[in-house]
Amino acid sequence: MIEINNIRKSFEGKEVLKGITTTFEAGKTNLVIGSSGHGKSVLMKCMVGLIVPDDGHVVYDNRDFTNLPYSEMRDVRREIGMLFQGTALFDSLTVEQNVEFSLKMFTKMTPAERKDRVDFCLSQVNLEGINSKFPAEISGGMKKRVGIARAIALDIKYLFSDEPNSGLDPLTSRVIDELIRDITEEFNITTVINTHDMKTVFDIGDNVIFIYEGSNEWQGKVKDIKSSGNKRLMNFIEASYLG
Amino acid sequence: MKFFYQFGKYILFLRGMFSKPERLSVYIDRTFTEMNNIGIGSLAIVVIIAFFQGAVTTLQIAYQLISPLIAKPVIGSIVSDSSMLELAPTITCLVLAGKVGSHISSEIGTMRVSEQIDALEVMGINSSGYLALPKIVGGLIMIPILVIISIFLSNVGGIIAGEASGILTSEEYLQGARESFLPYNLFFSLVKAVTYAFIITSVSSFHGYYTHGGALEVGSSSTKAVVYSAIAILFSDYILAQLML
Repeated sequence: MIEINNIRKSFEGKEVLKGITTTFEAGKTNLVIGSSGHGKSVLMKCMVGLIVPDDGHVVYDNRDFTNLPYSEMRDVRREIGMLFQGTALFDSLTVEQNVEFSLKMFTKMTPAERKDRVDFCLSQVNLEGINSKFPAEISGGMKKRVGIARAIALDIKYLFSDEPNSGLDPLTSRVIDELIRDITEEFNITTVINTHDMKTVFDIGDNVIFIYEGSNEWQGKVKDIKSSGNKRLMNFIEASYLG
Repeated sequence: MKFFYQFGKYILFLRGMFSKPERLSVYIDRTFTEMNNIGIGSLAIVVIIAFFQGAVTTLQIAYQLISPLIAKPVIGSIVSDSSMLELAPTITCLVLAGKVGSHISSEIGTMRVSEQIDALEVMGINSSGYLALPKIVGGLIMIPILVIISIFLSNVGGIIAGEASGILTSEEYLQGARESFLPYNLFFSLVKAVTYAFIITSVSSFHGYYTHGGALEVGSSSTKAVVYSAIAILFSDYILAQLML
């Protein structure tokens, strides 16, 4: 479980996050929705420590991440997997080396054990036989799947995904969504997804937090969205479908 | 003020690199890769520059010193000393600041703008240490070796130019070089090489690491890395000469 408490962040005097408080449940797909530029990515970066919030706390299973020394923060990060919007695969490494990377850095596995684990992770995302390809040689959807395989290579507890469907066709988007949902349930991971794709929300979402201009405008279960009565949320959903 | 801010940031960047490596064997592998990139990858340009540098210096010194009152071996001693003291370390490293520095800066900068550095950080890896430290260590080992090769080839260039132009024989050149040789000069040259190696690799890594934006900013960081490395090399050249000679 991840708890965030009163997270605030400003850039050059402009307040991007205005005190967001919420809880992301373990084993659930938690979605952060909102229009572009309203603070979703900044919130996620604050949660994983890529941006230091001006105020507030991020607590991973009773560990206050924001107040940990850097060395202990790194220990928590080893339990985190992140799927970046642009995949952020290491372009000088092959698919296999990308997935193997964290295993090589943090485990004492033998090369054969690492190979088995890489093959297992790639099979989880339905990608076999592309171990020796470089990221530049595979499609966008495949890159996203390699990103997921890399994220789950270690036994992670938390999975973050920033706009997992951006730049993908509807069919591939669905595959990625289902993969994330399956991995979340199978490994009982706390998953947090930033998205403005309402199809993703209704297909795989459990809990939703709607961010509007840096504030937590609405939060609840996916099934409650349509009866929320929140005008801004309704406008957002309507605009998403129109878009 | 901006200079002090950037300098402080650079010092913090260097300090941040030195934490316990997550996996020493990976760092060692990366250091060998960087030694190959920096050393072997720059060998051809260093060979060409060193050879012609020695050849041209010999011709120009001869042009200025041709006189019945000056013994010809003096030309060899001047060329070999100036190669060792200044030309080989400084010119070679200024060229390496362009070649190696821009490569390092653009490589790390591209990783920054494509979120690969963020990916390293999220994994719990000390990204500055993982990316920059092997480059710095690789540079500290290979650049002095390149400078020694450059000193040797400058003299080869000088000998060949002397023979080819009929200005002085190889015996005269070597006689002059041997007579003026001081082991301290070689030591001084290597101190310079190590200093410049650190400047090139660390300044370039720093500029790449703090790139923000896109392709344009990667190019801009690369340019800054080369310019600031070159300025720092020339400045430290003066300081070292003042302190050690």
